[in-house]
Amino acid sequence: MTFFLQNLINALQWGSFYALIALGYSMVYSILMLFNFAHGDIFMVGAYIGFGVASGLLALSSHGALVLPSWLILVLTIIIAMFLTSLVGMTVERVAYRPLRNAPRASAAITGLMVGIILETGNLILLGAQRVSFPSLVSTATYNIQGVFVTNQKIMIVIVSLALSFALHQFVRHTKYGMAMRAMAFDYVVVPLMGVPLNRIAAMTFALGSALAAAAGILYGIAYPVLDPYMGILFGWKAFVAAILGGRGSVLGATLAGFLLGFIEIFVAMIFPSTLRDLIAYSIILLILVFRPHGFFGEPYSAQLRL
Amino acid sequence: MEMESKTERSRARILRVFFSSIPLLAWLIGVLVAVLCEKAVGLWVADAVGLPRIPVLFGILFMLKEPSLIPAALLYTTMIYIVPSCITARIVSPLANRAAELLLRVSVSLSVLVHLALLYSALHFWTDISDYRLIMVKLTLIAVIITLSLNVINGYMGEFSCSHPGFLALGAYTATVFNLVFFVNDRFFGPALAPPAWGPFFFPVGLVLGGLVAALGALMVAIPSFRTRGDYLAIISLAFMFIIKSFIENLEVVGGPRGLSRQPDYASLPVVFAWTSLCLWIINNFVRSTLGKALNAVRDDETAANSMTVNTRRTKMTAFLFAAFWAGVAGGLFAHVIRYVNPGMFGIQNLAEVLAMVYFGGLNSVYGSIVGAVGIQLLSEMLRPLEIFKWIIIPLLLILVMIFRPTGLIAFKEFVVEDLVKPKRKEV
Repeated sequence: MTFFLQNLINALQWGSFYALIALGYSMVYSILMLFNFAHGDIFMVGAYIGFGVASGLLALSSHGALVLPSWLILVLTIIIAMFLTSLVGMTVERVAYRPLRNAPRASAAITGLMVGIILETGNLILLGAQRVSFPSLVSTATYNIQGVFVTNQKIMIVIVSLALSFALHQFVRHTKYGMAMRAMAFDYVVVPLMGVPLNRIAAMTFALGSALAAAAGILYGIAYPVLDPYMGILFGWKAFVAAILGGRGSVLGATLAGFLLGFIEIFVAMIFPSTLRDLIAYSIILLILVFRPHGFFGEPYSAQLRL
Repeated sequence: MEMESKTERSRARILRVFFSSIPLLAWLIGVLVAVLCEKAVGLWVADAVGLPRIPVLFGILFMLKEPSLIPAALLYTTMIYIVPSCITARIVSPLANRAAELLLRVSVSLSVLVHLALLYSALHFWTDISDYRLIMVKLTLIAVIITLSLNVINGYMGEFSCSHPGFLALGAYTATVFNLVFFVNDRFFGPALAPPAWGPFFFPVGLVLGGLVAALGALMVAIPSFRTRGDYLAIISLAFMFIIKSFIENLEVVGGPRGLSRQPDYASLPVVFAWTSLCLWIINNFVRSTLGKALNAVRDDETAANSMTVNTRRTKMTAFLFAAFWAGVAGGLFAHVIRYVNPGMFGIQNLAEVLAMVYFGGLNSVYGSIVGAVGIQLLSEMLRPLEIFKWIIIPLLLILVMIFRPTGLIAFKEFVVEDLVKPKRKEV
């Protein structure tokens, strides 16, 4: 039982990353019907920006120029990195997706893929091939609750990711911009004719998604403090699967599917040899998709590829 | 000003008149002569212009590595390739025109065979110079098969499939295991079951087997995917790719993550060339057949196609399995060219490469697939001296192509062999 609970906590942490990344995928997919294959690399960029900001702030405070308590450094890092990464996301949208607004969707998917490669290579050129280690912003404290070991980092990661998902949900449900986004997801041909600015909403969608990915990147850096330029690839593709699993246009669905993917991966590794993880995890997902083709919360749709 | 532009125009006209009457046959003869020329005097010319050895890729590698060698490399390329091929082509063109007409009158297939033979001999002598060229040409030919087969799904059918690395892996492993079991004394699979001398003759059997296994895998994707339209296939095929990779990694019989090596050397240049030609012929006929037209109809409007008596689901399934078959064959060839496979080769990176080739060349077009595969393959070899910056330049190029020609360089163009091999009239 303790073994199970221990893995449950690990799975919650692992799922948090997927959930946060999947949200960005899901929003872009539901509003522009676009596979944003650069998103995994935005996650990587977010982690690196977080690394830069955190190192900078730590250096400032160790030199005594600006003495900040450590919790404030963490909060500032997350906020600044989210902001900067959202700028990166908006640039990607402007450069790689907006010129292709009227092109076949698959072409936009290819430009996304290529932007991803450019981001990885650019990072490699700028920072070199060695991995960088994320500075420890939170001093680890371990709590033993009847044999289950919980660290304060894990609790923080799960809480932050849940809070961000909830905030996004509220934003989409209760603000004017959120309403515009939902309308756009309903029909992105007619709704712009009603005076909703398509480009602004698209840019905002990318900014929000990238900010969440940056948060995921920093949380990942706190939990596993080794960053490398290719860390986003696998995360991105897996979160993409989670986003579709959640259903089109559903914040709740993407979050749940992200956590579910985390659970499946951790528990498969718990029961079977860990090399079988991908095999079994994706077979389960395949089965789910066979019975629920439109994901958990998605509505049946019949998309025509605009070719 | 006007005078200048006039002379320029007349110069362009002279060039056009000079080259417009040259049929493909003459060009091929010209290229063959240029290649023979390199074989005969290449070393001597390279020495004379100051290059350390015969440049393997038209001097591009030298130019990027050592900017001071640019004039020498350009001079070499002009003297060995451009001048001999253009002059020969021009000289033989009256004769070649007559020959092409004669051949075409006898039969189209004979004409095509003659052209292919010329192309093959040019490639043969070109690759004689270095092993690097040989392996590059083989991989490029295989890339053409892969790109064509993915184009059937992503271009002609208009779906977005991510499962091609999975099909390649299935084909590669099946063909490898077949050959290792029957024709090689291997420590994994024991002594050869058949005399190794038979091996090359049974190589096609292994490849076809690989293709069939890949098609069987495709059935796993197709049955659930084609119940509805939409982005369903993208996700299922992606999951399939992960599953196949992970499956092979866990299959200790075929070496797990370490992979398999010691493939026999059956995939020589003529074999790969023959398979590529065969694939081009069959796929081109497929997409021009009734089934291919039905496929296009399904892509453009599934409901309308359905009401026009197209059995949409069966059409999509057939095309998908067909494409997977060729991907499997290509995988088998690939394994025997590299003579080593491991599951890591068939991952996300492979997928990105294949997709780039298809969308760079052009959707819904056999020409496009050839251009895409050859273009990306050559480009990535030529830019090798730039090391990591290669991976900035190629993606940037592809983004530009997507922005200015969203469906690829040569999209929606029919590949008509008769037009390609027919004689050219003089344009006056």
